[in-house]
Amino acid sequence: MARRASWQEYQKDIAADNYYYARSCIRQNFFPGSERAFLDILRNDLKINIFDDPLHSSCTGIGYHSDVVPLETIMTIVARQFSLMAEAGYENFVSSCITSFGIYNEILATWEEFPETEERTRRFLKEATGRELVKPRSIAHTSDVMFLHREAIARRAKHCLIDVATGEPLRVVEHIGCHYAKIFPKSGIGGSEFPYVLAGMIESWGGEVVDYPERRHCCGFGFRNYLVQANRGSSVANSHKKLESMSPYKPDFIVANCPGCAMFLDKWQYAIAEMDGTTYGVGGHGIPVLTYEEMAGLVLGYDPWELGMQFHQVDVEPLLNKLGVEYDPDAKFLGRDGKRIGRPKSVAVNCSEQRQIYQIKDNLVRW
Amino acid sequence: MLTEDIRFVEGLKACMNCGVCTAVCPAAEFYNYDPRQIVATVQMRDDEEIERLLRGDEIWYCGECMSCRPRCPRGNTPGYVIQSLRTLSQRLGLFVESEKGRQQLALKRLIGDNILATGYCLTPRNIRPELHPEQGAVWEWIFDNHEDVYGRFSQSYLREGAGALRRMDSGSMEELHRIFEVSGGKEFFATIERHSERKAREMGYDGATEEYMMQTYTYNSENHY
Repeated sequence: MARRASWQEYQKDIAADNYYYARSCIRQNFFPGSERAFLDILRNDLKINIFDDPLHSSCTGIGYHSDVVPLETIMTIVARQFSLMAEAGYENFVSSCITSFGIYNEILATWEEFPETEERTRRFLKEATGRELVKPRSIAHTSDVMFLHREAIARRAKHCLIDVATGEPLRVVEHIGCHYAKIFPKSGIGGSEFPYVLAGMIESWGGEVVDYPERRHCCGFGFRNYLVQANRGSSVANSHKKLESMSPYKPDFIVANCPGCAMFLDKWQYAIAEMDGTTYGVGGHGIPVLTYEEMAGLVLGYDPWELGMQFHQVDVEPLLNKLGVEYDPDAKFLGRDGKRIGRPKSVAVNCSEQRQIYQIKDNLVRW
Repeated sequence: MLTEDIRFVEGLKACMNCGVCTAVCPAAEFYNYDPRQIVATVQMRDDEEIERLLRGDEIWYCGECMSCRPRCPRGNTPGYVIQSLRTLSQRLGLFVESEKGRQQLALKRLIGDNILATGYCLTPRNIRPELHPEQGAVWEWIFDNHEDVYGRFSQSYLREGAGALRRMDSGSMEELHRIFEVSGGKEFFATIERHSERKAREMGYDGATEEYMMQTYTYNSENHY
């Protein structure tokens, strides 16, 4: 009981309205439907104001954590993002990316602790852009915002996280991106040991959170440990460790709040299946991996293909069937304006009977 | 020089060598890597040993997940110490002396140059399926049909205006370039290129060519475990 309540020691103020939205490099590549759903849910379902600024850039965080972008440079880039927010008339900064979220918190803390770095950044920003640094009143991750509004979403639910065939709650593994709260535990709901940001959504929407031994282990991204092909063995080994650990608990799906984690836990299931034939889901398929916007969108009755769930390598249809979500199988792989553009080849973690072994096996063994 | 990096100042107070950082470290699970030992070495302030680290593979194993940070009972952050060592290794040109260090050229070109070209760290066109077989069949389909697939989710794909994967406007790109110029980002990129050029020639390549860069990106001696 004491452990369950421990997340409440780590609370933070999350602004309720009027957000400035900063997009994510990884998410707009792999989950463009989730970023769109976040804006749609806030604006259309919850009637909340959020500004999608066409002027901000990448925070350059992947470059920083690959050690090619210097600290002084990323600080100035971040200062520009904050200035754009203020110039647009906002003070509540919301980051779609966990890497960025960690960087925004780290830089604000560094400016506080080492004021000379803030002064230097102000100078660089002025010289490079003519802009003035204005710090935000609040910083939140998009999953914080979704957590804050979870009960409002629950009141509008078309589907709960319940198996319609059995009436039992779906069993959900939640995975929190390392940079959400490991850098600054106070910046995350529930801190770094018992983060509650996703668990709170799952519970509010009727699901059951799975506790398992490697729940807090990194997905394995590790920046250069994935970005450089020769290092990818490290990345897949860590995802493998997590999947092996959660598998005995038979989760119905995984939900992650980090762009990289959601992508890697999906894609590495494919790679592992191709390498040694191991699959972690029921019936020889994979475990679907969702973003929290996809989870919220399904709860609110959004079409799964409009949420972008066709971007996943592991098929989500078994989960949709459990939830009782209606969908058009033929619409899954349509392009813009309903254009037919073919479909991906079916592979080991998919539900189709057709199966193709890629040359990935040879490549991965070499890593 | 290390003590001039605020991440070093913030990341290392007094380490008591308990080893919790190594116990939780995902990189230590896989590599012959021990952040406890690295922190102990740096804490001794032995310049010869620190130079050995700057020339070696070991400092490049960390994934910067920062799992070490909340668990350290003394409030240290071995991940920050690693970041400061990596920066110094590149400034001094010692990164090219190790297999894992030489990969910085690939990271500079794949991520760094893409930031200056597009305003983003990653864009769909530089996640090429032949370099990313693990991305699978769905990614190949997205890659081959990118305009139709992304067009379903973003009105501004490869165009200016709000939305996913919008093209950055020229004014923002100019500001980004000036920020890299005045804050030392471009100079740092040039440092990586310069030392890679030198090392590539030493290794028998005709400079830091695409062939050399791909060698750093793909080669694994398997001496790291």
